[in-house]
Amino acid sequence: MKKNDIVLIAVLLVAAVLVAAGMRIWQMNNTKDTANVVVTIDGEVYGTYPLSEDRTERIELPDGSYNILIIADGYADVAEASCPDQICVKHNHIRYSGEAIVCLPNKVVVTVEGGEDNDIDGSTF
Amino acid sequence: MNNRKIAFLGLFVALAFVLSYIEYMLPLNIGIPGAKIGLANLVVMVALYTVGDKNAIALSIIRVVLVGLTFGNISMMMYSLAGAAMSLCVMLIVKKLGNLSITGVSVLGGVFHNIGQIIVAMLVLETQSLLYYLPFLIVIGTITGVLIGFVANLITTRVKRVFKM
Repeated sequence: MKKNDIVLIAVLLVAAVLVAAGMRIWQMNNTKDTANVVVTIDGEVYGTYPLSEDRTERIELPDGSYNILIIADGYADVAEASCPDQICVKHNHIRYSGEAIVCLPNKVVVTVEGGEDNDIDGSTF
Repeated sequence: MNNRKIAFLGLFVALAFVLSYIEYMLPLNIGIPGAKIGLANLVVMVALYTVGDKNAIALSIIRVVLVGLTFGNISMMMYSLAGAAMSLCVMLIVKKLGNLSITGVSVLGGVFHNIGQIIVAMLVLETQSLLYYLPFLIVIGTITGVLIGFVANLITTRVKRVFKM
C-alpha cells in the first residue's frame, strides 16, 4: 500500500461521512408533522399515506408479489415481502423526509416526503 | 498470448464464476440495495495485474453473462453489467495513471461498482431517492475494496512468479 492509497481511502471515508451527516441534518429539518409516506411501483405512484396515522398496507403487484408496509408511531417500515433478497425487510424503519426503503426485485420504493405543500397554511396568509 | 496465459485465463473464469456463486449464497444483507462484497472482483483484479487489460475485460464480461444466465435474470444481469463496466473502466484508468497501488485501484473499483449499480437502479425505478444510499455505498465499497486489494496483492505476486518460470 502506497501513501496515495491511504490518502484516497481517508478522503473517501471523510467525504462519505460528511455527506451522510449533511443529508441527515437536512432530512431532520425538512420533515414536518404533515409528512407523507409515498409508495411507488416502477416509478408510478401507488399510494400516499400520512406518516402520523398508524396503518398496515399490503402493496400488491400484478404478478402476485407483495410488500407489507406498516406505519406506526411515526415510522414507516416494510415488515414482509415476497422478494428473494429481503433487503427491504431488513432495512431500518424510516421517518425523515428523503429516506427510502427500496425493493429492487418488486420495483417498489417507499419514501417519506416532507410535506412542504401546505395548501391550507398557504391560503391563510 | 502464450499457453500459460490461456490456461490461467480459463482458471480465472472458473474462479470468478464460483466466487460469484458463493456471494450469491451469502449475500451481504444489511438493508442497503447494491451493497456487495465483490468477491468476484478479486479475480478480475488478479487478472488485471497478471494477464493484462484486454483479458481482464473479457473475463469480466464472460463472468457477468455466465452468472446472470445461471443464477439470475435479465434485470440482475443489467445491474451487475453496469457495476462491472463502471468499476472496470475506473480501475483501468487509475491503473494506467499509476499513482495508486493495487489496493487503491481495488478501492476505487469497489466504490464505482456500487455507484454503477445504484445509477441503473435509479434509471429503472425512476427515482432519485436512491442517492440517499450513496455515502453508505462509498463506505462499504472502500472497506471491501481494501480487503479485496490486500488479498489480490498476495495472489498477484504468486501468480507472477509462475509466469516467470
